[in-house]
Amino acid sequence: MEEYSQKVKDHYTNPRNTGVIENPSGEGTVGNPVCGDIMTIYIDVDEDETLKEVKFSTFGCGAAIATSSMITEMATGMNIDDAYKITRNDVAEELDGLPPIKLHCSNLAADALQAAIEDYKRKKEDK
Amino acid sequence: MYMDNSATSPVDQRVLDEMIPYFNQNFGNASTLYTLGVEAKKAVDKARQQVADLINADVDEITFTSGGSESDNMVIKGVALKEIQKATEDNPRNHIITSSVEHPAVMESCKFLEKFGFEVTYLPVDEDGLISLDDLEKSIKDSTILISIMHSNNEIGTIQPTKEIGQIAREHNIIFHSDAVQSAGKIPVDVKEQNIDVLSLSAHKINGPKGVGAIYIKKGIRFEVLIHGGGQEKGLRSGTENVAGIVGLGKAAEIAKDELDQRMKHNQEIRDALIEKVTAEIKDSYVNGSLDKRLPNNVHFRFSGIEGESLILRLDNKGINGATGSACSTHDLKGSHVLAAIGIKPALSHGSLRLSIGPENSIEDVDYIVESLKEVVAYLRNLSPLWDNNTDTYIGDKFEKEVDEEDLDRY
Repeated sequence: MEEYSQKVKDHYTNPRNTGVIENPSGEGTVGNPVCGDIMTIYIDVDEDETLKEVKFSTFGCGAAIATSSMITEMATGMNIDDAYKITRNDVAEELDGLPPIKLHCSNLAADALQAAIEDYKRKKEDK
Repeated sequence: MYMDNSATSPVDQRVLDEMIPYFNQNFGNASTLYTLGVEAKKAVDKARQQVADLINADVDEITFTSGGSESDNMVIKGVALKEIQKATEDNPRNHIITSSVEHPAVMESCKFLEKFGFEVTYLPVDEDGLISLDDLEKSIKDSTILISIMHSNNEIGTIQPTKEIGQIAREHNIIFHSDAVQSAGKIPVDVKEQNIDVLSLSAHKINGPKGVGAIYIKKGIRFEVLIHGGGQEKGLRSGTENVAGIVGLGKAAEIAKDELDQRMKHNQEIRDALIEKVTAEIKDSYVNGSLDKRLPNNVHFRFSGIEGESLILRLDNKGINGATGSACSTHDLKGSHVLAAIGIKPALSHGSLRLSIGPENSIEDVDYIVESLKEVVAYLRNLSPLWDNNTDTYIGDKFEKEVDEEDLDRY
């Protein structure tokens, strides 16, 4: 098994911003527990559409936890449109890389954040 | 705290001491005629006797290989190649029976043969991981050439009824092979008493070196050779003998035989304490496999709501080494085929943990392992969307969906 980078190890050992935001501005869930990973990203957006708080809960491997943790750090304080542009590759690079097999299967955090931002925009339109 | 002895085990110092001279002092090629070669040949023959004694075989029924996987490949493909030559219009001689919980070395060998027109029956197992003798009997045909059922399972430790399987095979005049890589040296294995025709075993599971194993072939059983060359091992397995490794296997087999009773008692005491404490102290924790027909050194849990790789990584941070059947470790979308075969659904099989005990573990380790597990499982459940922290219950069922193209594309 290919070794994880020190940054990945740090993030799965001490994940940042874990937990649930009660009454979030938006939330996005991606993955499938049948396949071994599922993650939910919760966002709290302020009036000028900045991500005030980003939290996550994840069922998955070390890479799934590390990418979830990393994206919460990357996205916090960003404008939602900029945060929406964060790609899977951006997250992997920020973690100093992921083993190839994990790059594809467990790198879902960017998708979950995008789903949360879409959820926020939908809710906003419905108001 | 190493608890993954079913993956591999540390080489016993007594084994290492026995091996060392054969690397640089008695380094002869066992096929040569001068004293150095003759000494090497004597060492190989001594080891052959030690391995034969472990499983109650005759010395000339033991052939050395590179390990369990080679032994499995050798018999399955070798029998297939031998028997297909006897095919007639009435009888294609192309049917193999195995189980749905075999080690990949058996499973993949069978799948390989299917590509060439062989027919394979993969017997189902019950929730304990046991095959049904009735199923076995019913699946036998005129064209059946081999029954390959493992002695015990490498993941969940279930011990199959080899004696009865062998009896059925004999009644139908079919070769019975058993992969005993996890059994030999851990529980009594007696090829005569258990009606086994061909058996695979490996050194590194019993505190011997990696890269060496053996195959027992009962007198009179013939199959095609796969590795041709210089004709070593009576022509059954060419290649210069790995003398040091073979010496190590021999010594490990001798020690395992001499210490079998005390090791079984030691392993079982730790196993039972772990099972009792973990299932009592961690909510929604379950034991996979049979409780009574189980290897003494095997503990296999599943914890709802958490994923195995992250469990293994956090345990590693606490100095505990274990294994998981999670998809992340198998690179298989569905995770462990063994857990699937005993009816554990994928979302739960991902949360499995195998702890396999060895001589270096002690009963004093149990409390630390249980405390560590409690802490790590609680932490990961707190992080998991499949676990409701308010009610302390598993809620994963509502998240499950059919595996779709998008999922498949990720693996």
